[in-house]
Amino acid sequence: MNNLVILPILLPLLTGILMFFIPRQIRLQQAMAVAGALITLGTSLLIVSSISDNGIQILNMGGWEAPFGITLVADMLAGLLVTTASIVTLVCLLYAFYATNQEQKKFYVYPLIMILLCGVNGSFLTGDIFNLFVFFEVMLISSYALISLGGGKIQLRETIKYVVTNIISSMLFVIAIAYLYSITGTLNMAHLSERVALAGQDGLITTVSLLFLIVFGLKAALLLFFWLPGSYSAPPAAIAALFAALLTKVGIYAIMRMFTLIFYHQSELTHTILVWMSALTMVLGAVGAIAYSDIRRILAYNVIVSVGFIVFGVAVASEAALSGSVFYLIHDMLAKALIFILGGAIISIAGTDKLREIPGLIRFRPTLGWLFFLSVLALAGVPPLSGFVGKVMILQGGVDQRYYVMAAVGILTSLLVMYSAMKIFINSFWGETLLSEGEEKSSGKGYLLPGSILAALLIGLGLGAEPMMEYVGQAVEVMLNPTLYIEAVLP
Amino acid sequence: METFITIIAGVLFTIGTYLILSKGLVRIILGISLFTHGVHLLLMAVNGLKKGGAPLLGEATDVYTDPLPQALILTSIVISFALTAFSLVLGYRTYVELGTDDLEQLKGDPNE
Amino acid sequence: MKFTDVILQTSTKILVFIILTFSIYVMFAGHNNPGGGFIGGLITASALILLYIAFDVKTVHEIIPIDFKLIGAAGVLISLLTGIGSLALGYPFLSQAFAYRDLPLFGKTELATAVIFDLGVYMAVVGTTMTIILSIGEDE
Repeated sequence: MNNLVILPILLPLLTGILMFFIPRQIRLQQAMAVAGALITLGTSLLIVSSISDNGIQILNMGGWEAPFGITLVADMLAGLLVTTASIVTLVCLLYAFYATNQEQKKFYVYPLIMILLCGVNGSFLTGDIFNLFVFFEVMLISSYALISLGGGKIQLRETIKYVVTNIISSMLFVIAIAYLYSITGTLNMAHLSERVALAGQDGLITTVSLLFLIVFGLKAALLLFFWLPGSYSAPPAAIAALFAALLTKVGIYAIMRMFTLIFYHQSELTHTILVWMSALTMVLGAVGAIAYSDIRRILAYNVIVSVGFIVFGVAVASEAALSGSVFYLIHDMLAKALIFILGGAIISIAGTDKLREIPGLIRFRPTLGWLFFLSVLALAGVPPLSGFVGKVMILQGGVDQRYYVMAAVGILTSLLVMYSAMKIFINSFWGETLLSEGEEKSSGKGYLLPGSILAALLIGLGLGAEPMMEYVGQAVEVMLNPTLYIEAVLP
Repeated sequence: METFITIIAGVLFTIGTYLILSKGLVRIILGISLFTHGVHLLLMAVNGLKKGGAPLLGEATDVYTDPLPQALILTSIVISFALTAFSLVLGYRTYVELGTDDLEQLKGDPNE
Repeated sequence: MKFTDVILQTSTKILVFIILTFSIYVMFAGHNNPGGGFIGGLITASALILLYIAFDVKTVHEIIPIDFKLIGAAGVLISLLTGIGSLALGYPFLSQAFAYRDLPLFGKTELATAVIFDLGVYMAVVGTTMTIILSIGEDE
């Protein structure tokens, strides 16, 4: 029992709820939000260090022993992702202080961001599959409210699409849980893993696992990404950055967890489907990224490509590929937040997101320009930035397992991603400067602090890949040996 | 009895899907709520109906019904209640702001 | 929303109290018997909504000048704090305790911390439901 595990869920929720009592004091809300996110970050770092020292940390909520109660399980994968999510939320909050207008601030934007963090951390930490559904919903409900901020035509339309898609997929999630419960008679993930291993993964359970794959595919934008480009281009830049960094990643985490812990027995079927889905996602996402010429859409399609890439590593399921996936997942959360924040800054300075209309900004905004260039390199995976390590390991794992075509697809789509992001850089920073100093639509300040924090982290993660791999290795060890997880939860 | 409930759940799914595919926003929301009801019925049916006594203290029976599916249904009902309420408010705001509840007219550009 | 329905208004005046009493009974019964904070909250909300239907929003708002958003937030806060209480005492989060005490008037009564949690749920449900319904209903 370790009560530390609940804190990354509890603290954001508590700060979020307290902020509901002071809807008018925006300054105080901002201070509380930053404090809450900082303390959450601190506790998640503590959790990571205690996992590293003492192994997987467990909390049986309410004192009910697993598998009867709800168990929170912090293994290294969850710990690392919770830490990254807290960092990203902190940075997006800092950007949101500038990038949301007064009306949005009155509409509970900070409490909603904190509750979103609560849902995300809860999804990472829970060891109970129905509880996973509940935390998904906590996260999604606050994202519904965040996406509809402002309430213009675009926001309302995209919110409707987003809400309907997600409600349907949530209901499919409940159906899948119902089937799984009626087959196995348990909801605890460790217990599920044990029972599925004991009874053998027959056709029925495999079918249920495919239903889970559809559900998480919808949430993670794996092949079923039709809802993503629209809804990620509707909200303000800070919120879009938060979504791009966190929401799909929770879906990827769920796929990782389910298909390494529970449904790993029929890998020739399930993992083959995963490989194909990821390859198609990469190709279609890359096509979208080069086809569009407005910043928001290009960035949204870049999110899709990276989802495909990470899931490819999960599908290959060798040690190298899984390490690459975990590493790249962490990298991608930071990199996507960075590039969305910088994209938002470009849009707010130029007042448009159409690439052709954006003048050469490099003369007035050299810092923004070079930060953006850096984030493009990070996305493409150029050493010494952190994307490189993850990409190399995923590709190495893929080649080792003889997925030559898919690995080629991965390299090709990486190049296309770089092309699409470089297109933004060239179009918006090079060329004749049409705007004079005073003519900019807005100062676009506020990107500097969050942008440089993230850029520093990306460089640090790339240079410090060696010590980082130690932690990633601990995460992958549990993914490869489900018994470690089971023994920790069911002693 | 389980078969019967499953068929009813299927009917609810059918009607729900039909309504979700229509153009009116209110119909879509009604479709969603029917769909969730179908899910809850299914959740109850696949886990067996009334296999024993009510799982309460003081009920003297040998066999108790598994209370967990009911707890799951309650949780799921609460969540779908919140979601339906949210989508109703959303639909209403859309109608007030944009003056239509026809999804066909909400399209951004003709090629979408 | 100006209409006067004498039958509805007269019966509402009586019914609301019956419904409210029942809702409180259901809430406190919920610890070991069917009932609980969620269902009690919904029943209370239904009583309040009946008031809003029978009389108009403005009149009811003068009688009950409460911001339901705050009620909801306070409810969640109370529920969270009961969980944090067990955290502070070194038990797992959301642990509960109960004891039997002799209270004046009630006699031997079971006191459980789960009831406080349920009270939080009750307030959260009333608050959320009323916020949602009023956000549509207050628009003319």
